[in-house]
Amino acid sequence: MSTDSNEAKPFDLEELLRQYVQGVRHSRVLGMELMQVEPPGLVLRLPYSDKIIGNPETGVIHGGAITTLMDQACGLAVAVALAPEFDITPTIDLRIDYMRPAEPGKDVFAYVEGYRKTRQVVFTRGIAYHDDRSKPIAHCVANFTRMGLNKKPWGNQKES
Amino acid sequence: MSLKETLQQCRDNNDFSPLVSAVPYARLLGIGCIKIGNDVVFTLPALKDNIGNPTLPAIHGGVLGGFIEHAAILQVIMAMDEPRFPKVVDLSIDYLSAGHFRDSYAECRILRMGRRLANVQVVIWQTSKSEPVATARAHLLLV
Repeated sequence: MSTDSNEAKPFDLEELLRQYVQGVRHSRVLGMELMQVEPPGLVLRLPYSDKIIGNPETGVIHGGAITTLMDQACGLAVAVALAPEFDITPTIDLRIDYMRPAEPGKDVFAYVEGYRKTRQVVFTRGIAYHDDRSKPIAHCVANFTRMGLNKKPWGNQKES
Repeated sequence: MSLKETLQQCRDNNDFSPLVSAVPYARLLGIGCIKIGNDVVFTLPALKDNIGNPTLPAIHGGVLGGFIEHAAILQVIMAMDEPRFPKVVDLSIDYLSAGHFRDSYAECRILRMGRRLANVQVVIWQTSKSEPVATARAHLLLV
């Protein structure tokens, strides 16, 4: 594989998003990891750990940790929907339905996609699951507004 | 100590911190509570580990979600005669403005508590209660 040093680096959205998640402190604290970008969707992993237990009697993780996983995944799905453009996109609202409890000791995965984008708003939805997407733990919808402040491509993004 | 015994002790001492610290996830976020008469205000201190957006900096939207959810759970447990962990069925959060890297507060209002379900309204603010950062409502299953 030959690379020309003057050539711009190829646009690698997955790698950029992986680095971005690493920069979000609370997501790093929870050990979140971007597994896969498959436009319009992506898969994000939340590893099981004792510190996110919500019910000490059963070891079931707190819904708040799943809400955080879904919030993070939906935010990333917005970036996928807008790529290669980049924008600041605050969350307007998020709704989550818990369909069954998570099983103690198991990692939770989020599959989320952006399903509509307009000039002002990006709509996302997704599910949380253990190993089977047809048996979701939770379902989520979240909408984001586009600030239109930064339309520079991701690849040229210099984070301050 | 069972949840019921913990709650009885909290009621007797008018100090609900043992109930709050019984849950690892609540300790991770640093959730606390302040009792004012019979009312309760839940607290989320500005902890660096709760930051989401590093440039603002802002509290992670998911942390606010977890705070809201746990505040609603605690409020319902405090209202129960036979306390047990309620199950959250659904949660809807409206983010009104960025949750800056400051202490945050939550107040819950149980609009209805039936035999099976509770409907809880939650307001989050930082500098002033008149300027909420987020509002939410949740349904919790009691049985």
